[in-house]
Parts: sequence; C-alpha cells; structure tokens
Amino acid sequence: MTAGLALLLGACDLKRAAVIDPKGPIALAERNLLFDAFCVMMVVIVPVIVLTLWFAYRYRASNTKAVYTPTWANSVRIDALTWLIPALIVMAVAVLLWRSTHRLDPYRPLESKEPPIDVQVVAQDWKWLFIYPEQGIAVVNQLVFPAGRPVSLRITSDTVMNSFYVPQLAGQIYAMAGMQTRLQMLADQPGTFVGRNSQYSGGGYSQQHFEVQAMSQADFDAWVARAKQGGARLDETTYPALAAKSRANPITYYSAVEPKLFDSIIDKYRHSGHAHSAPVRR
Amino acid sequence: MFGKLTIEALPFYSPIAAGGALVTVGGALLVAIVLTWLKAWKYLWTDWLTSVDHKRIGVMYVVLALIMLLRGFVDAIMMRAQQAMALNGGGYLPPEHFDQIFSSHGTIMIFFMAMPFMTGLINIIVPLQIGTRDVAFPWLNAVSLWLSAAGAALVMVSLVIGKFSTAGWTGYPPYSGIEYNPGVGVDYWIWAILISGVGSTMSGINFIVTILKRRAPGMTLMRMTPFVWTALVASVLMAFAFPAITVACGLLALDRLAGMHFFTNAHGGNMMNYVNLFWIWGHPEVYILILPAFGIFSEVVSTFSRKRLFGYESLVYATAAIGVLSFTVWLHHFFTMGSSAGVNAFFGVMTMIIAVPTGVKVFNWLLTMYRGRIDFHPSMMWSIGFMVTFVIGGMTGVLLAIPPADFLMHNTTFLVAHFHNMIIPGVLFGYLAGYMYWFPKVFGFAFHRGWGLGAFWCWIIGFYLAFMPLYLLGLKGMPRRMETYNDPTWQPYLLVAAFGAFVVLCGIGCMVMQLYVSIRDRNKTRDLTGDPFNGRTLEWSTSSPPPPYNFAVLPTVSDREAFLEMKEKGTAYQRPAAYEALRIPSNTPIGVILGAFGFVLGFAMVWHIWWLVLAAGLVMFAAVIVRSSNDDQEFTMSAAEVKAIEDERFRAMGSRP
Repeated sequence: MTAGLALLLGACDLKRAAVIDPKGPIALAERNLLFDAFCVMMVVIVPVIVLTLWFAYRYRASNTKAVYTPTWANSVRIDALTWLIPALIVMAVAVLLWRSTHRLDPYRPLESKEPPIDVQVVAQDWKWLFIYPEQGIAVVNQLVFPAGRPVSLRITSDTVMNSFYVPQLAGQIYAMAGMQTRLQMLADQPGTFVGRNSQYSGGGYSQQHFEVQAMSQADFDAWVARAKQGGARLDETTYPALAAKSRANPITYYSAVEPKLFDSIIDKYRHSGHAHSAPVRR
Repeated sequence: MFGKLTIEALPFYSPIAAGGALVTVGGALLVAIVLTWLKAWKYLWTDWLTSVDHKRIGVMYVVLALIMLLRGFVDAIMMRAQQAMALNGGGYLPPEHFDQIFSSHGTIMIFFMAMPFMTGLINIIVPLQIGTRDVAFPWLNAVSLWLSAAGAALVMVSLVIGKFSTAGWTGYPPYSGIEYNPGVGVDYWIWAILISGVGSTMSGINFIVTILKRRAPGMTLMRMTPFVWTALVASVLMAFAFPAITVACGLLALDRLAGMHFFTNAHGGNMMNYVNLFWIWGHPEVYILILPAFGIFSEVVSTFSRKRLFGYESLVYATAAIGVLSFTVWLHHFFTMGSSAGVNAFFGVMTMIIAVPTGVKVFNWLLTMYRGRIDFHPSMMWSIGFMVTFVIGGMTGVLLAIPPADFLMHNTTFLVAHFHNMIIPGVLFGYLAGYMYWFPKVFGFAFHRGWGLGAFWCWIIGFYLAFMPLYLLGLKGMPRRMETYNDPTWQPYLLVAAFGAFVVLCGIGCMVMQLYVSIRDRNKTRDLTGDPFNGRTLEWSTSSPPPPYNFAVLPTVSDREAFLEMKEKGTAYQRPAAYEALRIPSNTPIGVILGAFGFVLGFAMVWHIWWLVLAAGLVMFAAVIVRSSNDDQEFTMSAAEVKAIEDERFRAMGSRP
C-alpha cells in the first residue's frame, strides 16, 4: 500500500526529473535519443512480456483443451524470424546510435551565433573549482554563465577520478588527473540547476555537488564584476590550501587567478620530476 | 613480527563494525559447536573436505555461494536502510562504513556468490549430463574450490581484522592506489580476487577439457544439452578472461607494494589502463555468469513444458555468438572517459549486436512453452519470472549502450538498477531454478514446492519494488553510492526500494524454510526412481543421489534428449549382464591444505607479514610436489561392490509404491 502510494506520488514529480526535463539543447538531444530508442525497443519488449504471460496461462498443464505438440522443435521460417526481428531492431537503433554519437560528441564545439564562454573545471577532494580564463576569476562550487551562450568546458582532476555531471544541461564526463576532457553545454533560459560528481571519490563524495546558474548576459557581467571586487587571489601560494581535503565547501570567489593555473595542475602529473613536489593533499 | 597487524585492527572503533565482527565470529563458532556436538568433524573431513568427487565439490561450492549470498544480502539491506534514512545527513552509517559495505556487497555477490554458485552447478550436473564418471582433473577441481573458499574467507576476515576496501567492487585507481588508500582494505580485495581468480581460471580449463574429452559414446557436440553448451562457452570465457583481472589486480598490487606506477596519477601511470583491463575481464564475466543460467532455463523450460526445446541449433549458435561478442564490448562501461566518437560508436554498436543472439534465446524459450503442457514447478516460475523481467533489463541495457544517452545515465542509480535487473532475474533466478530443479537429484529427496514458490514470489515482487524506484531515481539524476543526499524528492523512492529489500528478505526466509521442511520430511519424499520430473537428459537416468561412479555402465547416446529416447525405446533401465570393476579417484587433503595456506598467504600479504608469506608459499609448493609425486591417486571399486550398489538401487525402484 505504502509502496503503491509512494510510487503514485513519485509519478507526479517525475515530470520534473532531471533527465526527463532538460534545459538545454545537448541534454534535450540526449533525452530524445533515450525516448526514441525506448519506443523502438517497446516494439519487441511488450510482445515478449505479453506472450510469455499468455503462453504460461494458455498452455498450463491443467488446460487439456490446448493444443499439445511435444516434439515440435524446429521451423526454419520461425528461426529466420527470431534472428531477423532482433537484427532489424538493432540495425535501426545502431543507425540512430552512430549518427547521434558523432553529432553529440562532447568534444565538438556547439554551433551558435553567440561566442562560446570558456570555463576550466578542476575536481578536488571534495569540491569543484571553476576557473574563468577570460574573466580572470575563479569560483568554488558554483558554475555561472549567460543563458543562450555555449559553454565550453575543459575538465581535469587534482585527485582521484571524478565524473562531472550536470544532468539537465550536458550529461557527464570523467575528470582525470594529468588529463583533460571536454564537455559542451548550453542553457536555453536563465535558471538554477544541480551539478554533481557521480564517480565515488571518498568520504566527502556525497556532498560534492555544485550550483549551476544560467543568467542573462547583463546579470552575468554584474556577477563577474562582483566576483572581481572581493576575495583572494588564486595562485601557487594559495592553491594548495584550497586543494586540501574539505567537505561541503561554501561557494567561494577568487578575484584573480594565476593565468596558467589550470595547465600547471595537469602538468604536475605529466612530468614525473615534478610529481613529488606536488601539493600533498592528505 | 606481525607486519602492519596490531591490536588496532580489531573493530572496536564503531559499534556497527564490532557487531558485524561479532556475528561473523559467532557464526563460525556456532558451526564449530554444532559440528562437535554432532561428532561430525571426521565425517566432514573424510567425506567432504578431502573429497574429489565432482558432485560433492559442487555441493560445497553451492553451500559457499548460499552462505555468501546471506552475507552479501546483509550488505544490501544495510545500504537500502541507510539510503532510506539518509536525507540531509540522516541514517546510521558514516561514509567510511557505507563505502566498505557497497564494496563488499559487489565483490561478494559477483566473486563469492555468483561464481561459486555457477561453478557448483556446472560441477554437479555437467559430468552427469555428458555421461561420464568425473571431471577431467578431479584433484584440480578440489584445488579450485578451496582457492575460491580462501578468497571468500579473506573477505569475511576483513570484517573482524582490519577494514575492507572502500573502492567499490571495481577498485578503480587512483582511488584504490596507495596514495589515496593506504590502509589494508584494498589489499584484502586484491588478494581475495587474485587467489579465487586462479581457482576460476583452473575451473574453466577443467570444464573445457571435461566437456571436449569425456563425453559418453555417441554424444556429438550437437547432441550436448543446452546447459553443457553454455557451460562450455562460459568455461572458454573463464579461461580467457580471468587472466585479465589477475593481471590487473597483480599490477595494482605492484603499484601498492613496490611503488610502481602502472595506474597512478603521475610518473606515466594511467588509471584508464586498469579500467580497460578490468572490463576486458568484466564484460565477459557477465556472460560467464549468465550463459550457464541461460542453459538452466533451457533445460527447465523444456522439462516443465513437457516439450522438446525449440530451435536447439539456433540456441547453440546464439550461445557461441554471445561468447565471441562478449570480448568486443568492454568499453561501454566507460563511454564517459572521453574517447572519440568513432570509438564510442563502435563499442555501442557491438553492444547492441549482442542483443540479437540474446533476443533469439528469449524467442526460443517462448516457443518451447508454446503448445506445451506447463507445470508451474518453482524452477519454471523462476524461468517465467526471468523472461518477463529480463527483457526490461535488456531494454535499459540497449538504452545505456547509446553513448550520448549513457552520458545522461552513467553512474546513476539507473545503471545500478540495470545491472541488477540483468543479474538478479538473469543470473540468480537461473541458479535458483537449477538449485530447485536438481536438488532431488543431488540429495535423493524432494525439495518442498510450496516454500519454493513462496521464495519465488517474494524475490520477484521484492525485486520490482527494490529496483524500479532506482530506475526512476536515475532519471532524477541520483548518482550511485551516495551515503547522504539533500534532495527530499528522492526519499519516497528510496523508502520503496528499502521495503523491496525486506520483501526479498522474506524470500530468503522461504528458502531457509524450504531447506528445513524438505530435510525434515526427507524419509517421506525419497526419490527412488532418480527421475522425479520425467526428465529428458542423462542426469535423470542414474539414481538420486548418484553413486560415486555416476554410471555403472557408460550410456550410449543417439539423441539430444538421450534419456527421453531411452525411455521411449524401453532401454532406459536395462541392466548389463555383468558389472566391471571401476577406478575411482581417491580423496586427498592436498586441495583443502592448498586452500588453507592460500588463505594464510593472502592474509600475510595484506598485513605485510613477510616471513609468513614465505612459509605459506613453501607449504603450498611442498604440497603440490607431494601430490605430483604420488602415483597412487585412484582406488578400485570391485565389480561386486558396484553390483551391490546397483542391486540396491533396482530393489528400491521395484519396491516403490
């Protein structure tokens, strides 16, 4: 009873579920793909479920009126069908898959009249650092950008593997130390969304979420100006304190950033000579 | 002297951890006390622990699997309870304990529940179905068993001494590396998997040789039962895939112990090399587990529909196709690592192609039921429940195989729901169908039907309640492995999922009752014919339980459904003019000794007790030398003894009411 009721209640709020209710073209395309493939699959799933239950009922031992053919075990025609039907469905979905995978490659810049905004993302224990190279600011646990403008993300990790995940805008991609991954996103309208790490990374993992805000260009400019006023500078001397382990960090602004900081975070894992001088985050 | 091992390793730091340790130690003590009280130690040692009989080894594998199922399920229900309460930091588990629980749950369920369950069923049934007296290498079989048990024991001991890994059942570096995980947890995980993995590789080789070389006269490959076919393909996968995880874990151990850099962040190490190696094993592993379950479903659906299996050739080719394709899809476990669209699309398409032979199998079971006479034995119910539920998991699997869709759903509870949807109805229901189907064959008395049906209904209802909400939560963007969360709209779903876990608990209760009632009533429900279900294949042609030699005279086969044909021709219970003396492998303690010292070796490696590593290694080496130097590994059962056993069987059969 409780279970049924809870599910019913759940059904109402599912319309607003992150994956079902995307707020940008990338997540929308990914969701539509999910829906299309789901519909194609239903063509075979529903008949199989119905037939299984129907056959089980119809050919129950007690129903002696049903036809019984104990040795019927071969039919080339049916064999051909059992291979062909799944093959056709798979071919249909495979075409969908091939095209969409290339179209929605997270490394491919978005086509837009607006110029993209670059943001560098660093996964840390257990928070997210966002560096805005053009604006020269950095923010912890908050990703802000103008709605309608493509956001081009470069992502790395200064700790174990993380996965950068914004379900309503872009899906996800791994963040790995010494390496850079890319993700594109775009928000159609101003709004506030949730971003998370989805790859278990230790004790603070469950609280490692961040706020994503899409706002108008004017609001964004004002936000940048505010960030530039207060806050410390993020450079080689202040960075190690930030990178140390911490949980449930509040949103923190840095009014200036060492320009090569992002590259140096990647590089310190690449050149083995530097590795031991890397900040110890234990 | 004791390496890193100190008194601090005892779990007095948390009442929950101490409780887990107490239950483990208490359980072991209780078993020891009961055995002493029953004066059963000698019987246990001579008839079971030192046995090399494939049937007894199989039973011991299944017992190990059922014990580990209980342990893995306790982990599961603890996680469901935690997440149901965990809104805004609620719940009863700290993150450092919750992560051990999800790690041990996955590790136990895959390596120490599903693997032994499957190996046990193959051990018991394959030699009977191919009409032979034992596996090709009976002693090696015992070694495999005891190495698996050693691995399981290491996981259990981590409850009492030290902590288990927090890195999940996949143990991804760099998190599982020494820099981020300096404790012993990951080492417990590595050595449990390394030691049992060697056992699994050898099991695979043993079964391949058994099936290819030991079939009864007349049993061509295309007359093998579907279960034997699936066991063969799964064994080939075991022999080829397990070395990959052994290497991956070995290199990870070198990173941790010897300061190497295969998978570290720096010094040229790359974590994705581990992830590739792990899944090069991990994806075939899914099919290692599920193919034998498919074989069981094929047997069960045919027997209880009282109809010849539809499309046997199709099924065989589908099985083989799945075996080959299973090595070509591993990258779909990490589309999100940032590989190019071409690479992702290739692995996505390969993954979908596997759905074709799998779909063929589902159609074949369906067409076997068509125009049959279906008996709703618990095994048949597991099969029907499987078919209905498994296609849902297959569908969500195809969704996840589309890389852009996977970007949305990867690492969420949708993924968790998907693979449980494959492994519970697909793998576990299959094994439970086999367990309830072959139980009377193995023990010689009926397995209670009512409690079996009760177990089925609780399991399937509990499954839907526990995992359908997780699909929906995945759509709501909930990542897996969360110890706490701040979204109140998640909680109702998690409450339903926790309720589902308690329904499954009732199913496990039914399974315990089924064992109790069946054993209590065993004298009233003896299976004197050896063929309680009007079986079609050779295992039903011998007595229940089968004699040590399985078949006094090896059967000659001329049809896929060998025993059904014999019954129809009237040759099923013919006795030979004279019996012959048989050579039977003698029991040996070397297998259990290797397992015991394998455990000691693993334990010493975990705690860096180097002298003990050396000592245990030397004992194992010496044991193998002793065994290899022993030419007297079989004994002769005289023709008179065989005749006496067979006379008794036919007398009992004749006297049945």
